[in-house]
Amino acid sequence: MRETLKMETVIGLEIHVQLATRTKLFCGCSADYFGAPPNTHCCPVCLGMPGALPVLNERAVELALKAALALDCEIPERSVFARKQYFYPDLPKGYQISQYEAPLARDGHLDLELPDGTTTKRVRIRRLHLEEDAGRLVHDPPTGRTLVDLNRCGVPLIEIVTEPDLRSPEEAALFVKQLRRLLRYADVSRCDMERGELRVDANISIAVDGRPGTKTEIKNMNSFQAIEKALKVEETRQRMALERGGTVQPQTFGWNPEAGRVEPQRAKEEAEDYRYFPDPDLVPLLIDEAWTRRLRAELPERPRERRRRLQEGYGLPAYDARLLTEERAIADYFERAVALFPKPKEVSNWLLTEVFRLLDEAKLAPEDLAGRLPPERLVEVLRLVDEGRINRNTGKAVLEEAFRTGREPEAIVEERKLGRIADEARLAELAERVIQEHPQAARDFKAGNERVLGFLVGQLMARTQGRADPKLAAKVLRDKLAAS
Amino acid sequence: MLSREDVLRIARLAKLKLTDDEVERYRAQLGRILEHFKKLEELDTSDVEPMAHGLEVANVLRADEPRPSVPQEEALQNAPARRDGYFEVPQVLER
Ligand SMILES: [Zn+2]
Repeated sequence: MRETLKMETVIGLEIHVQLATRTKLFCGCSADYFGAPPNTHCCPVCLGMPGALPVLNERAVELALKAALALDCEIPERSVFARKQYFYPDLPKGYQISQYEAPLARDGHLDLELPDGTTTKRVRIRRLHLEEDAGRLVHDPPTGRTLVDLNRCGVPLIEIVTEPDLRSPEEAALFVKQLRRLLRYADVSRCDMERGELRVDANISIAVDGRPGTKTEIKNMNSFQAIEKALKVEETRQRMALERGGTVQPQTFGWNPEAGRVEPQRAKEEAEDYRYFPDPDLVPLLIDEAWTRRLRAELPERPRERRRRLQEGYGLPAYDARLLTEERAIADYFERAVALFPKPKEVSNWLLTEVFRLLDEAKLAPEDLAGRLPPERLVEVLRLVDEGRINRNTGKAVLEEAFRTGREPEAIVEERKLGRIADEARLAELAERVIQEHPQAARDFKAGNERVLGFLVGQLMARTQGRADPKLAAKVLRDKLAAS
Repeated sequence: MLSREDVLRIARLAKLKLTDDEVERYRAQLGRILEHFKKLEELDTSDVEPMAHGLEVANVLRADEPRPSVPQEEALQNAPARRDGYFEVPQVLER
């Protein structure tokens, strides 16, 4: 019997993020290629025509620097672009312009907030560099051909490489979530994973009794669930092999989400040999203190700091503060609304339930909320409810209509006569009718059955389409019943 | 001197198919190029900063302003095969 081995999972990530620029990294072609007809966002530079010369996009450099600063990286004074040579139809030049020996940034970290809500774990960033994206291939097995669309070719990317500091698939998924949140806060990228704006590769190994294990690589994980699932599958495979006394072979797998399997990718006949060398078409990039200082000043408050400020500054529960700060656009929206209607918990309640539901149903991104329903509109509904002019349920309906039509809540209330019936005389008339229609209930009440009052109040509310104040309705009914 | 295997490996990386004669010819030619670099290695460069570029220029940057791309027809005009606006190539496996 072998003694139990002490096994520890070791994961490192390599993450590619498309930068939110208008144009490509080295040419003026639009980087907004999603859904465009194939090969319509191309020019001699990104088609790899001989003699065409790349010119670096300043905005891409600034967004990459912002990402580096947000991750507390060191930014060397000088960085250099290099050619990474490989032959593949998604890369018409035969090389990708990337960075190798002198990357834009290195030695950063992200303090991962663990699920307990109080502790953090530091995950080190080894390097962060700029490079260009490749084209898109459409495989067509029936004809044995591959179709090539070069619209994506040359779109700016940053590659972020972590140290192998992650210890479980859950931790890896959590890291990607928090990295995404940080980059979205800094407006570096929208990081829409469904559109491939954030793509994750991982290497995973099992250390046995503290000895490092053999790594395998997993590619094509394009959702948080995929990251966690794929790594779990591979973790289990490696652990079982080692427990049986077997070994792990270095290998590259692709995640197949339909089959829930990691599938081996074609074994390479020989080790990759990219023959990097400095690109003679591009001059070095020098980054001085003044530049990074200006960009640092443009960075927003970090999600964690913002959460603390919302919790402490507005007296919100930790739960509310956490949900409100997952997206910067929501936190901004919350603060704009509270500035107009200083009841933070009330604003938070409406945002987290009603507004989130409407956003979800409309499949709208958080950053589009303020355009659809300006905070002033939400506040108008809150005021109408607060002043007792409409009840809470009517408020929800008005909010929904304001969200859908873009109309003023006040106008919706006016037009649809949704205002509360506060007129006691009018309610008394209606109460009279309810009592006449339900003589048995009225007798039961007089005989001492208090519970039927609830039923009669319900009838009265129905007659007013919910516009009566339930307390006033009960009072009016009691008065009527006592008098009859 | 370069080995025959070295030449074949370089050819593989460059996706070239060489005849036996060519392998021998390039082995000699590439070998001579390497000899030139051997000569350069005789210089003491321990005090010299590595150079990434021949020009004393840095930070040539462009504003992030879109410029017109070329029409699809023009982008595809040198392609040996095309389909539905795509370049068409023999099937390749996933990288
Ligand atoms: Zn272009």
